[in-house]
Amino acid sequence: MSTPPTPPSGSPDPSGPLGEFNPLEPPPGIDPTPGAAVAPPVDPRLLVRQEGLRGYLDEFKRKVRGGELGSLPVVIGLIVIWLIFSLKNSQYFTAANAEFIAYYMVGLGMLATGLVFVLLLGEIDLSVGSVSGLAAAIYAVLSVTHHWNAWLAVVITLLSGMVIGGLQGWIFAKIGVPAFVVTLAGFLAWQGVMLWLLGSTGTINLEPKALNALFSGNSFFLGGQIFGAYLLAIIATVGFGASLFLQQRRRKAAGVPSRPTGELIARTVLLAIPVFLVAWILNKATGVPNNLVIFLALLVICDFVLRRTTYGRKVFSVGGNIEASRRAGISVPMVRISVYAISGTFAALGGLAIAATTNAAGQAGADPNNLMMAIAAAVIGGTSLFGGRGRVWSALLGIMVIESINAGLFMLGLTLDIQYMITGGVLLAAVIVDSLSRRTQKSSGRA
Amino acid sequence: MTNPLAGSYAPASADGEPVLALRGVSKRFGAVQALSDVELEVHPGEVVALVGDNGAGKSTVVKAIAGVHPIDDGQMEWEGRAVTVHRPQDSQHLGIATVYQDLALADNLDVVANLFLGREITTYGTLDEVAMEKRAQELLDTLSIRIPSVRIPVASLSGGQRQVVAIARSLIGDPKVVILDEPTAALGVEQTAQVLDLVERLRERGLGVILISHNMADVSAVADTVAVLRLGRNNGTFPMRGTTQETIIAAITGATDNAVTRRAARTPRSEGEV
Ligand SMILES: Nc1ncnc2c1ncn2[C@@H]1O[C@H](COP(=O)(O)OP(=O)(O)OP(=O)(O)O)[C@@H](O)[C@H]1O
Ligand SMILES: [Mg+2]
Repeated sequence: MSTPPTPPSGSPDPSGPLGEFNPLEPPPGIDPTPGAAVAPPVDPRLLVRQEGLRGYLDEFKRKVRGGELGSLPVVIGLIVIWLIFSLKNSQYFTAANAEFIAYYMVGLGMLATGLVFVLLLGEIDLSVGSVSGLAAAIYAVLSVTHHWNAWLAVVITLLSGMVIGGLQGWIFAKIGVPAFVVTLAGFLAWQGVMLWLLGSTGTINLEPKALNALFSGNSFFLGGQIFGAYLLAIIATVGFGASLFLQQRRRKAAGVPSRPTGELIARTVLLAIPVFLVAWILNKATGVPNNLVIFLALLVICDFVLRRTTYGRKVFSVGGNIEASRRAGISVPMVRISVYAISGTFAALGGLAIAATTNAAGQAGADPNNLMMAIAAAVIGGTSLFGGRGRVWSALLGIMVIESINAGLFMLGLTLDIQYMITGGVLLAAVIVDSLSRRTQKSSGRA
Repeated sequence: MTNPLAGSYAPASADGEPVLALRGVSKRFGAVQALSDVELEVHPGEVVALVGDNGAGKSTVVKAIAGVHPIDDGQMEWEGRAVTVHRPQDSQHLGIATVYQDLALADNLDVVANLFLGREITTYGTLDEVAMEKRAQELLDTLSIRIPSVRIPVASLSGGQRQVVAIARSLIGDPKVVILDEPTAALGVEQTAQVLDLVERLRERGLGVILISHNMADVSAVADTVAVLRLGRNNGTFPMRGTTQETIIAAITGATDNAVTRRAARTPRSEGEV
């Protein structure tokens, strides 16, 4: 036992670079497997990307065929939408309209962000629209009717959203009522609470204070200076590039496969082009709205939480296989409750953002159309309804699609009936794409 | 993270104290009495084969030990102490690693994420993907596992590849007992040999192994002890050395009943049929 294990002689050491860190080195007296003694031939089916552009093209084709469409359909969809509306109305493709879309998409985008967490679990939260309306009412009653400190009212409002979401999550996770039913009940009940809070007047006008001031339509990053937008673009590009290169360095140092430098540069440039384009366009109008800045910052944080922390890993694993997660020691109820709490918090924040666009908390705050559009945004952006697949950025991409359509329809002077039909159609299309891509993923073994 | 297979224990003899023991364990699923009064002992450095026909209750024993289905009656002992295992975490903390028959991998996660699920390596509270990938690659290399990439979703692996990933996953922690529920059922010839080799290496390192298999050739190749389950009850425990395969097969099929089963058959049933 005390003799150190020796590699089988006369054959290349199968353990290679492992050195002494080989846990499974056969101890003396045990025959090494014949298979292990021969250097394993390279399996021709291994996913090795060819060098150069050709390799990327092949990989891209393979992914599309495997149903890993990612954000491709959205980007194509966005371009098509912009083209159609630009042809219909010359005012559509203007900086002013871009500014309009950038500002009005934030509230719903926040609802969609919370929904992405829920969708990753493979569940749904139908209450986000009502919770957002209720949150605006709570804030209005506290800050306007009762003259509380505005920031304190904001904190209480967000906490209410968290508690409401957590409560729904608890009923779902601990009692076992299907999430669909719990949140459908919430959809009605929270709207009722909102109406009760708003009372007979029905509408409470807000004061431009605290978060409400930041969310209002005339609040721009660094006062709307040209420099402000470019500063944000620079931060985004440099941050993204730096994280890519840092990662590459760490991977190289550890000796695990890393992306070639050319690819990193290409990716950074690919991000920089739209980012600087948007900054330039918004600068031609009035600058970057502050609510958009807050929204983007939250997206960065959420993306980090989902992809780089154990918590995010738990969310994905529960969405992928509940039993596997349970056996791996993950507390499935805790993950579920916390995800619904996150969804509730984002709903409350989104509610504040929506209320700030009209400077009032009113009965329209819980418009059921908001719920539909938020769900549509998350799904259109590429987060699967079936759980386990998606990114928070889909909330941004999806809401851009939705808001681009809304702005176009608004310009064409189309009435609510047509708007509803089109939004419904877009949601259906997104769900169909999601289901189809899941089917191809299944048949190519990637579901 | 410590390595379960590093360090060399003396292969203990089966006479010492068992690291894991079940005493009179019973488990009921609604109308099905899946286990009744099951006894099982595993010593350090011992490979116990748990055999029995389909539905005999082997997987239920595994899930009882692993805390997936807590036991109704009886006692589980760990290193001589009575322990209760309510949740999978409890058994993991004791040092029991389980590879389930239904593999329980998250299909949407990649190989690395699955290997480390529930015990990720972190630095400053964030996932250390590089360290995990490096360790995963090393572990898979030493198991001679060939998979397209450690970064593809588990869904795109073949059944055998998934099996080895599941086994590798059990070795990431620091187990003292490893339970393998039909690990070779889906494997090709070479992979089966590798898994059996692996079982022997685990034994050489002083781990207790519970191996469930329908394949008598596999069992006789690596097992020290064979415990037979029949209809949820013990039907004999045999030392592998000196026992013929016919004896074991007879115990599995019920051609030979042992004293316990015969006594049990005489007494209870009548109570149910009032
Ligand atoms: N979750 C469950 N709910 C109800 N009954 C169950 C459950 N799990 C197992 N059983 C029952 O318990 C009995 C033993 O099942 P078990 O899976 O342990 O058999 P096994 O010996 O592993 O069989 P196999 O060789 O086919 O894997 C069977 O009658 C089965 O129907
Ligand atoms: Mg079984």
